[in-house]
Amino acid sequence: MKSKYKFIASIFAASCLWVQASTVSANINVFSCEPSWQALAQELGGDKVTTFSATNGMQDPHHIQARPSLIAKMRNADLLVCSGADLEVGWLPLLVRRAGNAKLTIGKPGYFFAANYVKLLDIPKVIDRSQGDVHAAGNPHIQTNPKNIALVAKAMVERMKIIDPDNANFYQDRADKFLTRWKKALRKWKKQARQLKGIRIIVQHKSWAYLMDFGRFNEVATIEDKPGIPPTSGHLVDLVKTFKNNPADIIIHAGYQSKKASQWLSQRTGIPSVTLPFTIGGTDKATDLFSLFDNTFDLLTNTLKNNNNKDKQ
Amino acid sequence: MKFNKITLLLCAVLGSATCNLAFADQKTAKQTDAASVKKLKQELQQLQQNYQDKITELESRLSDIEDNNDDTQENIEQLAIDVSQQGNKKAANTFNPGLWMILNGRFVSYNDKFNYALPGYNLSTDAGPGNQGLQLDESELNISTNVDDKFYAWTTISFGADGANIEEAYLQTLNMGNGFNVKFGRFFSNIGYLASKHTHTDDFANRPLPYEAFLGGQFGDDGIQTTWLAPTDVFWESGIELYRGDSFPAVGAGNSGIGTWTAFSHVGGDIGISQSWRAGLSYLHADVKDRQSSASDTFTGISKLWIADFIYRWAPNGNRVDNEFKLQGEYLARNEQGLFSDLNLTNSSIDHNQNGWYLEGVYHFSRLWSAGIRTSRLSSANLANKFAGSVLDDLNHSPIQHSLMVEWNNSEFSHVRFQMDNNNFNGKKENVFILQYIAAFGAHGAHAY
Repeated sequence: MKSKYKFIASIFAASCLWVQASTVSANINVFSCEPSWQALAQELGGDKVTTFSATNGMQDPHHIQARPSLIAKMRNADLLVCSGADLEVGWLPLLVRRAGNAKLTIGKPGYFFAANYVKLLDIPKVIDRSQGDVHAAGNPHIQTNPKNIALVAKAMVERMKIIDPDNANFYQDRADKFLTRWKKALRKWKKQARQLKGIRIIVQHKSWAYLMDFGRFNEVATIEDKPGIPPTSGHLVDLVKTFKNNPADIIIHAGYQSKKASQWLSQRTGIPSVTLPFTIGGTDKATDLFSLFDNTFDLLTNTLKNNNNKDKQ
Repeated sequence: MKFNKITLLLCAVLGSATCNLAFADQKTAKQTDAASVKKLKQELQQLQQNYQDKITELESRLSDIEDNNDDTQENIEQLAIDVSQQGNKKAANTFNPGLWMILNGRFVSYNDKFNYALPGYNLSTDAGPGNQGLQLDESELNISTNVDDKFYAWTTISFGADGANIEEAYLQTLNMGNGFNVKFGRFFSNIGYLASKHTHTDDFANRPLPYEAFLGGQFGDDGIQTTWLAPTDVFWESGIELYRGDSFPAVGAGNSGIGTWTAFSHVGGDIGISQSWRAGLSYLHADVKDRQSSASDTFTGISKLWIADFIYRWAPNGNRVDNEFKLQGEYLARNEQGLFSDLNLTNSSIDHNQNGWYLEGVYHFSRLWSAGIRTSRLSSANLANKFAGSVLDDLNHSPIQHSLMVEWNNSEFSHVRFQMDNNNFNGKKENVFILQYIAAFGAHGAHAY
């Protein structure tokens, strides 16, 4: 009997060791919901952090399931970095409850929602789902305005300093350097946006409000009549009627969305359509935060330029 | 843009005026000397360069001012504080408490002579397709919220044919840490795959045969549950539950109100970006006292149930909105040992093995539509002759059910489903048709795996 207990004890000890060995040993283990925040955490944390993103650029962040792999990832995280404003409401609360990770409960430094640090747009006056999947807190797709990235960076580095105080200077230093680079890049993007000021844009889903705000662009219509509900043929026909004689400048949709509706409308109205990355990984060229916006503004500029050239020919 | 133009104009005017003056000065100083012409040209170039620099500097300052006006740089900290407080206020209003309703109703059609009885099984009173015709199905009111920093609360009140009923009402710990969670109150068990799910999240309008036969469709009771999530990269969750023993298969809360216990372990993970899976083993042990079936026979003894479950999902790029395939199956095996009585037998000792399984595949092939197929089977081991003719006699039949369903999803929140069951319980084929609607409104429900 005794040897049996010994056997069980040694198995237990071995499995504990295995478990110990398989946990990651960076200073801060970051669980991010979207690739933009993963990239930002990596910029600020350098080699002192390991980062993971629950979604990639080709996924719709509304419709993720609380998969077992995500629960397991959250179990070992020190910092949760998500958009907030109800974007992840369908899956994140469930992950947090299942993970049993005391560091990631509301009010702890490890629980970080980016949307709490920027000015939210599109806060609905009436919340009614006949209008589609409306976000009561406001539009959660804040990462399409590069200025918001700077705001979130400033707030995020404070959390990193609290979670890993020994390396507070390291994080602050990296944040300062990042923000200097970002400021320079912002000037460039602003210049590009200035050339496009006032362009009239048709969007697929209401996910570009912050880009419109940054560039002073004009969102004139959405293909998805109501957010989260596929466009009806009636609405598409209406769009063709509206824009046939008074065309908008461009139709945009995110990398993760189906091109079908945009292309259909583009063919019938002659308005050029373009896939923008929306987040890192949404296009091949959007590989980090800098190239995300480089690519976004290049795509807008080039698509409009090519279309103008075509018109002249 | 406007400012830029004005500045440029201003600089140009100023520049040319000063140039003219300088030029006039030079003119009066000396006449047509080649050297002085060269000098003049150089000075002119110098002046032009100076003004060009000045213009560039002014432009860049202007652009800086514009940027600052756009609330980016100086006020970042203040803005961050302002909106974070605003955000928190909002969160409290919308989240506390989360309140949502599930509406569920159906039309059921089957032959008047069809009698839902599975030969060999003394069923729970809840089993079966329900009444014929139009009816309100299990509709629910859900309320959930964080009670404080330590507890989360959930309540489900269901409304159906038998009136209102508290289906779940539990507290769950929030910050025990180290992967531990404790849940207590009334809740659905975490054994198997379907057991913990509310039926409105199922892909079919009814539960598969082994769930109907061994768990009465669902297993929930008053109790306490502890789970532990291992700190591994692969999902690995284990847990134990202790229950009052009021629900089928126990019934009657014997043993001073601790009549049932369970243990389970699940592992799961992703295969690349597009595939994910979960598999598990569970055990349920019930001390049964005077369990009466709808055929008014009774059983007293020990009921043991083993469940092996798996689910596999594929969605291109992990985007399940437009396209997803799901394969799911469970195997259930039960042993009941004890005393059986009915009209003919009194306290006959019995040791009976039964098992069943189901396998279902659902293909969500467009944003709006999905279709699925399911097959489930039951079988029983041979019994002693004395049980011939009792409810436990399977009459040499192994009940089989094939189901087909088509579902229309207008949005994440509303579904209409048509299902056809082909039942062969006792050698006679019977079809059941179900048309069902499910709608969710209120707070956003969870996308459970």
